[in-house]
Amino acid sequence: MFGRRGLKWAVYAGVFGFLVWSAWGLRVSPTRFVEGLGYGRVLLGQMLPPSADSAGIARIVDKLGESIAMAMVATVTGIVLSVPVAFMAAENISPRPLYYANRGLISLSRALHGLIVAIIAVKAVGIGPLAGIVAITFKTIGFFSKLLAEDIEDIDMGGVKAARAAGASPIQTLLYGVVPQIVPRFVGLTVYRWDINIRQSTVIGIVGAGGIGTLLLRAFERYDYAYVAAILSAIIAVVLVAEGVSALVRRRYQ
Amino acid sequence: MSVDTPQWRRFNRRERLGRFLATLLALVVFVGSWEYLDMGVTNLADTPRHITDLIVRMYPPDVAYTGQIIDPLIETVHIAAIGTVMAMMLSLPVAVLAAKNTTPNAATYWLGKLLVTVSRSVNIIVWALIFVVMFGPGALAGIIAVGVRSMGFLGKLLAEEIEEIDFGQVEAVRAAGAPPAAVFLYGVVPQIKPAVAGLAVYRWDINVRGASILGFVGAGGIGVQLFTAVDSFAWRTVAMILIAILAVVLVSEWLSAYTRRLVR
Repeated sequence: MFGRRGLKWAVYAGVFGFLVWSAWGLRVSPTRFVEGLGYGRVLLGQMLPPSADSAGIARIVDKLGESIAMAMVATVTGIVLSVPVAFMAAENISPRPLYYANRGLISLSRALHGLIVAIIAVKAVGIGPLAGIVAITFKTIGFFSKLLAEDIEDIDMGGVKAARAAGASPIQTLLYGVVPQIVPRFVGLTVYRWDINIRQSTVIGIVGAGGIGTLLLRAFERYDYAYVAAILSAIIAVVLVAEGVSALVRRRYQ
Repeated sequence: MSVDTPQWRRFNRRERLGRFLATLLALVVFVGSWEYLDMGVTNLADTPRHITDLIVRMYPPDVAYTGQIIDPLIETVHIAAIGTVMAMMLSLPVAVLAAKNTTPNAATYWLGKLLVTVSRSVNIIVWALIFVVMFGPGALAGIIAVGVRSMGFLGKLLAEEIEEIDFGQVEAVRAAGAPPAAVFLYGVVPQIKPAVAGLAVYRWDINVRGASILGFVGAGGIGVQLFTAVDSFAWRTVAMILIAILAVVLVSEWLSAYTRRLVR
């Protein structure tokens, strides 16, 4: 009906119309924006230079350690739980009903933001690192199972058939026909997710799920912006180190 | 006389050792981290019961609440859209600075890298905390949080895109006597346009997800309602809000995937 060019302009018009609707719907006040920028200068002045007394530094180290420990535990539990989910969510080796159930679980985990999961986990198991572990584990399952399931769907079915023809039981078929083909990707994905989990574990404390996020929120509530800046610097440093380690390991194993 | 019966082994000695060490490392890290957190195992036994208890209380979702969440839900999508537009405007100059072939000198290159890194390393909720302090609670802080967080993401990927352009076209425009702005507009932009469109739509999709939590710290969107509902233990309302968020996220994910196929 339209042809390529017509479709293109229709898409442009649609996007433009949507953005106009958005701008109109939000009705941002320009004066507030300008005032905010002015206050931003004041805020930046209070944040720089970052400062923390020795007790403050000790608290940062302690809570950052808690964040990292949470990420470590949740990466292990998340991946252990992901493996069966991934097998059940792979179209080529899983029965239909199981496939749909596990795809649903993966979609649910991926669609909800980590902090939403965290805030619910806090109400379920109480304030503290356990809630964080539950939340990050749940998020890990969605991410890891999806990518692992895609890898399983891409395997060479010849290996599976060969194992089956040699009289292997279903478990043995998985172990000898499927697993060897996905192991190389497994290491890379694990490290990649670990990196993301470190990032997540530094913020979910904002809703009470343990780690340095709690400290950050309290510093904000006390208007102690120099300490906020110190905490943020520490978080950025940890995130960058984790990213570097993750990139290094993935380059070596893939 | 004994006959050496060859035994089939799946892995050679080195592989076995590697596997053993990897498993050991995972175990040590797991146990060590668990000990560090000092939680013991007692409260762990109750965890599955607590979680199922919560899920049971969420059923059935409070459908009557739907009317009250439509407006905040639309606001969430709007915040994501306008925030993405802002991110595009911010990220183009940053990408030019952070790309090796278009940056004027080493200092500007590192400035571009620094902007990208800081923007990317700070979570959207932390940006929202900062901008709520600056601009007061409301959608404005949310938009700017989305924009500033996405700037690094788009800036990094666009810089990679710019580094791969055909520089001959840029030289040609420059040789024709174009001023720097025109060189960028006619030499660089046409080559990265499909990437810009695709990345922007992709980031918009991520931003819809991100915007759903901005309300936790007062930066607008559906997060405000969700936070209130969770705080007052209104689990059936929480369930309804989660279903609504789920629907919006899945629709925007589909829309984003469809549009990206179109521009490619």
